[in-house]
Amino acid sequence: MSFHITVDGRPVPVTPGQTIGAALHAAGVRAWRTTRFGGRPRGLFCGIGVCFDCLISVNGRPPERACLLEAQPGDEVTTA
Amino acid sequence: MTYDLVVVGGGPAGVAGALTAALAGLRVALVDSGLRLGGQYFRHTQDAGQHPGHAPALDRFLRQAGALGTRAEVLLRHQVWSVSREPDGDLLVHCATRAAAVTGTAVAGAAVIGGAPTGALGERAVVLRTRRLLIATGAHDRPLPFPGWDLPGVLTAGGAQALLKGGGVPAGRRIVVSGTGPFLLPVATGLAEAGVRVLGVYEANGGLGLARHPLLALGKAGEAAGYAAALARHRVPYRTRQAVVAAHGEHEVEAVTVARLDKDWNVLSTRVVECDAVAVGYGFVPQVELGTQLGCATRPDVDGSPVLRVDATLRTTVPGVWAAGEPVGVGGWRLAELEGRLAGRAVVADARPTLVTSTTRTTRTSTATPPPGDTAVVPGVFARRHQRWRAFGEALQRAYPVQPGWQGWLRDDTLVCRCEEVPLARLREARSLGATDARSVKLLARPGMGWCQGRVCGYAVSCLAGEPQPQPPRRPIAQPVTLGALASLATPEPTADADATADATAGAAPGEPHDDHPAH
Ligand SMILES: Cc1cc2nc3c(=O)[nH]c(=O)nc-3n(C[C@H](O)[C@H](O)[C@H](O)COP(=O)(O)OP(=O)(O)OC[C@H]3O[C@@H](n4cnc5c(N)ncnc54)[C@H](O)[C@@H]3O)c2cc1C
Ligand code: FES
Repeated sequence: MSFHITVDGRPVPVTPGQTIGAALHAAGVRAWRTTRFGGRPRGLFCGIGVCFDCLISVNGRPPERACLLEAQPGDEVTTA
Repeated sequence: MTYDLVVVGGGPAGVAGALTAALAGLRVALVDSGLRLGGQYFRHTQDAGQHPGHAPALDRFLRQAGALGTRAEVLLRHQVWSVSREPDGDLLVHCATRAAAVTGTAVAGAAVIGGAPTGALGERAVVLRTRRLLIATGAHDRPLPFPGWDLPGVLTAGGAQALLKGGGVPAGRRIVVSGTGPFLLPVATGLAEAGVRVLGVYEANGGLGLARHPLLALGKAGEAAGYAAALARHRVPYRTRQAVVAAHGEHEVEAVTVARLDKDWNVLSTRVVECDAVAVGYGFVPQVELGTQLGCATRPDVDGSPVLRVDATLRTTVPGVWAAGEPVGVGGWRLAELEGRLAGRAVVADARPTLVTSTTRTTRTSTATPPPGDTAVVPGVFARRHQRWRAFGEALQRAYPVQPGWQGWLRDDTLVCRCEEVPLARLREARSLGATDARSVKLLARPGMGWCQGRVCGYAVSCLAGEPQPQPPRRPIAQPVTLGALASLATPEPTADADATADATAGAAPGEPHDDHPAH
């Protein structure tokens, strides 16, 4: 059964087995961090864990790759 | 204890290799960083995995994956970052994972040495000891930089495909597909069938159109016709000698510039197409670093990319190390799966020489003296199929080269390296200071020194540095690993040998348990 995670406090629906990246993309959230120097927005690019563009912090943990990380019920995601 | 075989990669090649070896009674572990087995081609949603009945090839793969799960240790969400050699010749496969500790299966735990509890960063190190290694790590997309390629909504073609296949999510609602190679066709078809508008497929090469697509010439008429029909049904234009040469937008992509190109990919004319997503891909880069780390020799693939050099039994130049699928040359999933099986047979022959010779002797038909070793391991029918499919893969690559004109699409401020945010101007500066290869350009301008370790920009940097062909990667580690995982490695405790378990399961013969390839 589908469940929700929160993104900056806003609920985002998840189909079980989806990655955080897929759930965000489906909800129209396509950028969730900015680059160190140029402050440019970043989201999914390679989709398979190679490019590290999609780094995201979940439940206060250090950034992980959103395209590899399976969303879990109750996950709280913060974008930069 | 020590595994007979550790396979890195759970795509078509890795699963076929692991299953072949496990069915012969070898103690096998397969490691993959993903959430589910499948690799790129058989990537699937959790739901599709639980309710088969979709595509026959996927259903067959899922059955094999299920069979593998009962006969071997399958470690998902485990990323291998390095493989090292012990003084006694065994290999240590170093993984990092955030997955919960493995329990349950017969060999679990015993073979996993140096596993440490989840640390503050949530990442754990797991080390597997093995006699043999099969590298089946696949490939990643080869993107080319262009102005705006770092805008959200611009994805690699494979990335868009992975998002759709694995998450059930189309990359946008109005999508443009561009780049070169036959892979653009399934990407566009998949998106169109998912119900979103594909505004066009822009193939930088060619000039002949779908009716004379090289797939036809290569005896893949059915496949090409299938894509052509699907694109026609969804009214998706397929245009050759055209490509996306720039993406525009403030926070996300809102439009692209599509150019007509000459045969060297210089821009002839342009127009703007409004869209909300772009899928771009210019072929694939085989992931060879676990092999190059161990000293495996490489050779340039058709397109110049370094791939691992293997013999007819998929053995690399380093003892105990085999490779199959894209790391030995890009050629698609069928070839990858066949190579996985052949490598699996070779591993079985190496581990249990008597087993293989006794079963192949009965099936060998030729009376000619076989060259020592190889034909017993790879019977002629497989060897010929392997050569044919490899030739097919190479012909496709030859039909879709990357032409130098793309360098003219870049502006001074176009980021070449996305991680370190290095624009073209800084690379030019490095060249004017005398850097004439990717390594010295890297030292001066720092492209490829960020998180992705040059995987994304490596090809482009190599071209822009003026190298005739990209050099094999020299990454000390295959994947970035956190200090937490490294720290938890500090006290590996090798456990007692457990040879007894292997002999109990060694009864199964190395047959051809999954020999039902489609005819093409
Ligand atoms: C993103 C992407 C999508 C693709 N989609 C398609 C498609 O839809 N149709 C098609 O015909 N072809 C597709 N391809 C081409 C694809 O490479 C082949 O069709 C086929 O999947 C190759 O099989 P393989 O077994 O060699 O490798 P793969 O299927 O790529 O499997 C390799 C596996 O190794 C794992 N891996 C790699 N490195 C490590 C490591 N260090 N530690 C742990 N695990 C690791 C990966 O997670 C992956 O699961 C795609 C390629 C890419 C890059
Ligand atoms: S999108 Fe490239 S690493 Fe996640």
